[in-house]
Amino acid sequence: MSEFYSDPDRGTGVSRRKILECMTWAGTGVLWTIAGGVPHTMGIIGETMAAEPSGLTFLQISDSHVGFDKPANPNVIGTLEEAIGKINTLPVKPSFMIHTGDISHLSKPAEFDDAERIISQARLDVHYVPGEHDLIDEEVKLYRERYGRGTKGTGWYSFDAAGVHFIGLVNVANLKAGGQGSLGEEQLAWLADDLQDRSTSAPIVVFAHIPLWALYPAWGWGTEDSGRALDLLKRFGSVTVLNGHIHQVMQKVEGNVTFHTACSTAFPQPAPGTAPSPGPMKVPGEKLRALLGVTDVTFKTGQQRLAIIDRPLNG
Amino acid sequence: MKRARSCGAFAATLTMAIVLSAAPSLFAHAGGIEVKIDNFSFTPQRLTVKAGTTVTWINGDDIPHTVASSGKLFKSKTLDTDDAYTFTFTTPGMYEYFCSLHPHMTGTVVVEAETGSRDAPDRSGEP
Repeated sequence: MSEFYSDPDRGTGVSRRKILECMTWAGTGVLWTIAGGVPHTMGIIGETMAAEPSGLTFLQISDSHVGFDKPANPNVIGTLEEAIGKINTLPVKPSFMIHTGDISHLSKPAEFDDAERIISQARLDVHYVPGEHDLIDEEVKLYRERYGRGTKGTGWYSFDAAGVHFIGLVNVANLKAGGQGSLGEEQLAWLADDLQDRSTSAPIVVFAHIPLWALYPAWGWGTEDSGRALDLLKRFGSVTVLNGHIHQVMQKVEGNVTFHTACSTAFPQPAPGTAPSPGPMKVPGEKLRALLGVTDVTFKTGQQRLAIIDRPLNG
Repeated sequence: MKRARSCGAFAATLTMAIVLSAAPSLFAHAGGIEVKIDNFSFTPQRLTVKAGTTVTWINGDDIPHTVASSGKLFKSKTLDTDDAYTFTFTTPGMYEYFCSLHPHMTGTVVVEAETGSRDAPDRSGEP
């Protein structure tokens, strides 16, 4: 998949054709290899494992939507189980997993319970951030009770692993009329403080539910104050931004920042502007698993890229 | 290549027809009127009613939405598919609202006095 990521020196984005190609194999999860700071996709998980057997490896899964039962995928439990099953067959056990939100569909206790029962079968530490579907219980408390321990505000936090600084942000709370995703003043102040004394050579991985770039504002696929967060990050040599929400793989490189969105494990959504709305995309049953997936990431000390691999459920 | 062919197939599935219901009368009398939520939008997006009218929003999408007044006058619970929310507007004014999950979805209800006065004050900013 070497054609999938762009050379930061050339500063080019990914062509529409490439994006469309990617979409067809997007879906299970992304396996990320962090190699010296900048992440990149390396292809299907199996290929990567053969080529890059060492380094810190972590997984990203996203948009499980446990509780969704509409025709686009009436069995989201089954496809989540398949995704976790894939993870359990990886030849190198990842260090941990990131879930970029929309764990549940309607923030019901039973949905969170089912998600936990299945995801825990991977026997990995999981670092979550909420999607908007995880904050819609009446009192908006279930996500915080279950996943928010040790976090600030509506659930943001940071941690370090293998020399990489990870930052989980919340951009789905307190949204304003006419706007998009939002981080808010309190979280931006915390982010500035979190980054303040950090060396610019420290690789940074930021993860949040809604894309932190203006991917398609007409559908709300962006974060209105993400520019302020990116300003705080621009002095760092290697920044990787991982998002979910749009249920398809999109990637772009801008300077030292690589943006990547992961597939859903539940149902695909249409490419920007190709449908009347971003609602669930109904595809023939045999196609569905090509559009769901997980992502792996590997970091290798001394190299300049993280390796990002999107792995479809049927791959 | 297989991928390219798959793309084509997906593109075909996107040609699903959207038939927005013919815009109902934008001026309703007391007794109730519906706003449909379909394809991540409110239809009609701008609605004019007489004071005392009950407005019902019905979610026709496969994705949950909410109806939240920008001025925090009213807010629905999360509406799953086919769920409905009603609110009765008693005071003339202009009421803007949005979906708190997908805030690019916005709508307006203009409430006019029973006498038909068109000097409705803007109440969208009021709590």
